[in-house]
Amino acid sequence: MVRFLPVPLRLLRALRAIPLILAATILPVHADMLQDAAQSLRQGQYPQALTQVDRFLADKPRDAQGRFLRGVILTELGKRQEAITVFTRLTEDYPELPEPYNNLAVIYAQQKQYDKARQALEAAIRTHPSYATAHENLGDIYARMASQAYDKALQLDSSNAVAQTKLSMIRDLMSLSRRDGRPVTVAAASTAPIPSAPPASTPARPASAPLPVPATLPQAEPSRPVASAAAKPVPPPVQAPPATPASRAEPIRPAAADASAEVSRIVEAWAGAWSKKDVKAYLAHYARDFRTPGGVSRKTWEAERSQRLLKPGAIHVTLGNLRVEQESPDRAIVYFRQGYRSANLKSDSSKVLVMIRHDGRWLIQQERIGG
Amino acid sequence: MALFDPRRALLAVALCLATTMACAAGERYSDAGPEPLLVKVFDAIEAGSFEQALGQVDTLLQSYPNFRLGYLIKGDLLLARARPVTSFGGGARNAGDKVAELREEAIARLRGYRTKPPADYVPRYLVQMPADQKYALVVDTQKSRLYLYQNDKGTPRFVADYYITQGKLGANKHSEGDQRTPIGVYHVTASLPRQKLPDLYGSGAFPLNYPNEWDRQMGRKGHGIWLHGTPSATFSRPPKASDGCVVLANQDLDSIAKRLQIGMTPVIISNSIEWLSMDDWQAERKSLQAMIDAWRHDWESRDPARYASHYSPRFHGEGQTLSQWLEQKRKVGESKTWIQIATKNISMFRNPGKEDYVVVTFDQEYRSNNLSNTMKKRQYWAKEAGRWKIIYEGPA
Repeated sequence: MVRFLPVPLRLLRALRAIPLILAATILPVHADMLQDAAQSLRQGQYPQALTQVDRFLADKPRDAQGRFLRGVILTELGKRQEAITVFTRLTEDYPELPEPYNNLAVIYAQQKQYDKARQALEAAIRTHPSYATAHENLGDIYARMASQAYDKALQLDSSNAVAQTKLSMIRDLMSLSRRDGRPVTVAAASTAPIPSAPPASTPARPASAPLPVPATLPQAEPSRPVASAAAKPVPPPVQAPPATPASRAEPIRPAAADASAEVSRIVEAWAGAWSKKDVKAYLAHYARDFRTPGGVSRKTWEAERSQRLLKPGAIHVTLGNLRVEQESPDRAIVYFRQGYRSANLKSDSSKVLVMIRHDGRWLIQQERIGG
Repeated sequence: MALFDPRRALLAVALCLATTMACAAGERYSDAGPEPLLVKVFDAIEAGSFEQALGQVDTLLQSYPNFRLGYLIKGDLLLARARPVTSFGGGARNAGDKVAELREEAIARLRGYRTKPPADYVPRYLVQMPADQKYALVVDTQKSRLYLYQNDKGTPRFVADYYITQGKLGANKHSEGDQRTPIGVYHVTASLPRQKLPDLYGSGAFPLNYPNEWDRQMGRKGHGIWLHGTPSATFSRPPKASDGCVVLANQDLDSIAKRLQIGMTPVIISNSIEWLSMDDWQAERKSLQAMIDAWRHDWESRDPARYASHYSPRFHGEGQTLSQWLEQKRKVGESKTWIQIATKNISMFRNPGKEDYVVVTFDQEYRSNNLSNTMKKRQYWAKEAGRWKIIYEGPA
């Protein structure tokens, strides 16, 4: 009697997330095969994607990224039980990765096994306490479990009227959870053997929609930031962003009770430096103790970022829905939507910056996608 | 995740329950029913241990699978993790009055549990139970509670208490269809098995003898006031939901049904039970026993004035007014040289509420020089100007 409701798109956000750290280990030839599978997946050609990923896994049966991709494809094909097996094994082999747990939770939620979904998400959060997607999904699961409980609480003796109440209530909760301005995006899988890439955004469903989307690699360790850069920049017909002073030019200001305005300005400046491909100004926005993605050395990371930024072609970074939460006089969390456009990449994603104030200057200590 | 503290919403319920009645130790009191677990849930919420509260709710729901109130609280506790819950049942949308009703149920159950009567107190109404009357039921409509007493050699002993539902518009039934529960001394008149009843009545039904003699005299109308169970889809109903019947959870009705004696077991329905200490109860009982004895002896004296002194000006009985009644007794008495009256198996139940009278039922053995008979008799005694007087008398 309960109509099956589609999983909120947001739930799927991490479904296709592929642990970045694993991507780097794949050889180019294999990567091509895997990329083909990922491409088929993006195009909604799931049987073909499955064939391709199986071919890849025939050579590299232990490959985490291939297995992960296979789990995603199986999920799309509605082969939930097989997908559960794939993701469960991944959690056994890589207990430190939150994504397989998260995807398990998504499938369990589809099956209305909310308690299992909850446990999986809690496991994801145990591995990475700051994994925003898992937190969001967990909120969803709790809301659905609550909705189930309310349904039982309000059941009428003659159940028709109640069934309507039930459905409209669930719809309401879901629309509520989407109204917060957070993106309804799905991260697409990619095998690109690059350490980082800009987050991709795509309408998740219907899957038949064209996906003019670039590859995306959400971070393997969400507690660490992921720097974004254009993969294949080409001179685009984009207008330059408004010129913004680089952070080093920012005057040192006295401590204010509410630093929102100042923090916002700094973040704008950071995006401006990025758009202007002003590497020096861009890097100057990062704190000395900035947590580099994958824990690489500061030097390696800076070199990598310089290389990305200086590739040919214009970069256009825009910010939207910027919100500053000041946790203390010297620490603020900044949430915003980051639009990224380069030659052949266009993405839209949620970004979180953890900013600290050091010697009167606000600097980026952590950079994360999502949440 | 920033979580709203659901304490405020749920405390609003808990705070309505400020304990008013001291509970003198209660190992004697049965903790059957969901209340002990429900109290643990609210205690955990008050202590801010939501995880623990959720665990307690799950335990509660395992024992009582259709307990809607439990699900409502569970909904709140779960939803509070996803987004703010601003009121009791706050996440339940389009719920109309249902949330309010469940809130009332929560309050009624917790209050009933937290304000159990002192262990050495008994309801004033159970003045005397005859030896063959094994149990008595006493209902408190204000507390939505039914108390089961066992007859322990004449002394009422508490057995268990249960949450009940009364009429939609409360107590003090007066007319047909007023959706109220009557107040008075009744007994069960029949047992209707589940198989013969619609699901609404749950596991069974026991009609009461409303309107009783007194009700009829007071012009009260209506019929079909039953003690019955709950539809299968739900564990319990809100405190005010019936058309006047007293409704119990099926498992509670089953547990009571085993003890009910058809035509015998009294069901006393009060607005708010008056409790007497055992000493006060004994004193009241002795004075009422003395009153019966005085009436019996004055009848045996064959002195019409002494006999008449026990009857109220507003007396009626068997279709007769006081003067008609006394005149008939006087005529009958003229032929008597001696009369002996014995009263056996006396039961005395005091009417709850404003109308203060005692319903006395006994086996009357009447012997005289020219006639002897035995009958079951019922009298209503009311206090007038400090003296007990008979206001009704007739065969039971």
